Amino acid sequence: MATEVLMPALSPTMEEGTLAKWLVKEGDTVKSGQILAEIETDKATMEFEAVDEGIVGKILIAEGTAGVKVNTPIAVLVEEGESVSDAAPAAKAEAAPAVQAEAPAKVPAQAAAPAPVAAKGWPHSDLPEGPTKTMTVREALREAMAEEMRADPNVFLMGEEVGEYQGAYKISQGLLDEFGAKRVVDTPITEHGFAGIAVGASWGGLRPIVEFMTFNFAMQAIDHIINSAAKTLYMSGGQMGSPMVFRGPNGAAARVGAQHSQDYAAWYAAIPGLKVCMPYSAADAKGLLKTAIRDPNPVIFLENEILYGRSFDVPTDPDFTVPFGKASILREGTDVTLVSFGIGVTYSLQAAEELAKDGISAEVVNLRTLRPIDYDTVLASVMKTNRCVTVEEGFPVGSIGDHLASTIMQRAFDHLDAPVITCTGKDVPMPYAANLEKLALITTAEVIAAVKSVCYR
Amino acid sequence: MAAKKPAERPNASKDDLLKYYKDMLLIRRFEEKAGQLYGMGLIGGFCHLYIGQEAVVVGLEAASKEGDKRVTSYRDHGHMLACGMDAKGVMAELTGRIGGYSKGKGGSMHMFSKEKHFYGGHGIVGAQVPLGAGLAFADKYLGNDNVTFTYFGDGAANQGQVYEAYNMAELWKLPVVFVIENNGYAMGTSVKRSTHSKTLWERGAAYGIKGEAVDGMDVLAVKAAGEKAIAACRAGDGPYILEMMTYRYRGHSMSDPAKYRTREEVEKMRNEKDAIEHVRELLLQGGLASDEELKAIDKDIKTVVNEAAEFSKESPEPPVDELWTDIYA
Repeated sequence: MATEVLMPALSPTMEEGTLAKWLVKEGDTVKSGQILAEIETDKATMEFEAVDEGIVGKILIAEGTAGVKVNTPIAVLVEEGESVSDAAPAAKAEAAPAVQAEAPAKVPAQAAAPAPVAAKGWPHSDLPEGPTKTMTVREALREAMAEEMRADPNVFLMGEEVGEYQGAYKISQGLLDEFGAKRVVDTPITEHGFAGIAVGASWGGLRPIVEFMTFNFAMQAIDHIINSAAKTLYMSGGQMGSPMVFRGPNGAAARVGAQHSQDYAAWYAAIPGLKVCMPYSAADAKGLLKTAIRDPNPVIFLENEILYGRSFDVPTDPDFTVPFGKASILREGTDVTLVSFGIGVTYSLQAAEELAKDGISAEVVNLRTLRPIDYDTVLASVMKTNRCVTVEEGFPVGSIGDHLASTIMQRAFDHLDAPVITCTGKDVPMPYAANLEKLALITTAEVIAAVKSVCYR
Repeated sequence: MAAKKPAERPNASKDDLLKYYKDMLLIRRFEEKAGQLYGMGLIGGFCHLYIGQEAVVVGLEAASKEGDKRVTSYRDHGHMLACGMDAKGVMAELTGRIGGYSKGKGGSMHMFSKEKHFYGGHGIVGAQVPLGAGLAFADKYLGNDNVTFTYFGDGAANQGQVYEAYNMAELWKLPVVFVIENNGYAMGTSVKRSTHSKTLWERGAAYGIKGEAVDGMDVLAVKAAGEKAIAACRAGDGPYILEMMTYRYRGHSMSDPAKYRTREEVEKMRNEKDAIEHVRELLLQGGLASDEELKAIDKDIKTVVNEAAEFSKESPEPPVDELWTDIYA
């Protein structure tokens, strides 16, 4: 019986990929387990194995094709004596379960939901004048590290899989080749230990960049982040601080469940002695990371796996940096202020676009850093629009939104025409089921509803 | 507890012995004074005295060179005095005054001296172990031959991060001497009640780290072991573990009634194994110093300690502006 071979999902967030190379040709007999093709995701080039035995009847997608959606038929396997045309109708029903042993049958709903917001078309008041180039957040982070490592021999990167594996999320791809194993240090899986070693190294004159495979794992290391790194300058009466960066993906990816999906923005933003960045765009990512590496304090740098593959315009000026404590206004408006950071900005921008169709003009503030936090920009905007909705992915209790709402109440109470609404993730551990996960996360629709509520519409 | 009798014929000069005697006596008198100031309410919070363990830090400092680093736990006064930090600055930190090493903002458990390469003073049990490995990581990266002494107690020896640090220290051949100060008790829990293995240093073998137990009440034995460990580190052989068998005469902290051990046990250690008495005897019996000379030293030290105590009382509290400084560099 003929079988369709479908484009596989090779990571939790993969929606499409490039069929880099076929390793079989039409007419070849294949065994289960044989490598059929190399498929490039945004993270890595993966070998794709046959599940079924058969003869390659037809290759449907030529090698080198980019943007092949997950679950697209890429080839048809037939049995001895069978032709492709005979088999085609039958293949439809059988293909998915047979080939997609490990991948979900459908693209995760959450991953598909936030359509990439193209950098072009939005007013970019946060970018300086000058030429730009388009790059992904991933490339921007890599470029920031590489440039700073070239500039300062005491900057080094350590973490799990940063070197020979080229980065679990490919952020550090190529850095081992350029800088060598002394400066791109693969660690054992030992977050508490290597975070402590990195803090000690920062006291010893180095400038470590610690990559956590995700910030969920940094909970093992949080004692060193807070008690050792953040407090030492104060406890030593100013004699010695910890010039270092802790970075990695933070927040939900897609379908990875409760222990791998948590936003730590509010946790770290609560700690004096730390600085906290949460970039949205590639320009944020590059400019903030360069500032973070140069900063003499410990910096928490919260990235987002879903944003890694998104493209934005980034200034080509090698001296481009983004200062800490300076929010950017990504869209100007007059009726309501949407304050957000990280992936929350995606929902805010989408909501603003939808709201404009209803005649509501929303201003979108991208905080970029959560410690220091740019109160002045937020307050000035709220004093102009008289309404505010905050948007973030983290838990509702003690959120960044709570803190902003309290600040706005204390410093701009008379300017408010409605209570501040804080849009957050739900007060539940992240569920695995696709439908429940979607409900647990903040959505554009919820932001729109909140805005309509504060506008009494 | 001490493993063997002190060496009868010291391989040390008169000057060396006198220096060890002075350095150990300074720690003891300083700590006695700190206990007194605590009783008077001048020192607050937790105060962990080092009395009884003096030979460990004095012996290892005698083996060190300029540039070597040290990091330890909250029982840190002895380490600071032994590496040459000023008694006035340490005592004023205990009283929370501006003249203290951390301007009064760190306290007994959190004190630092970049100048003397003393990296704390850490209140979280075991945290200093990866931190010390990290200091050694920096020295190896920078290509110098410095060594880091990373001190921790028998209690900390059961923390997971100690073994995370062991693994990476050996994997990367870091120049760090792990010094386990085994004083027999983790707060009120004896080693017997906390640890199944007979020794703590032998656990390093699982990571490929060499080590040994040392009579931590014998400053000469400590120094000899320290020299061996440092030589291994400087030669690029990676870390070394020294388990110092020692004893603290006082409670875990000032507020510890020490009901978990007998008075007889403490008295026996004091009478039979005291590190300062040991050196005093070597000096007197060997004819290297007279009773008068030692009395003069005692007097000098008393003066130093009294001056430190006076300074710690007279130094003002930090100005209120200090609340908001040193949070960010």
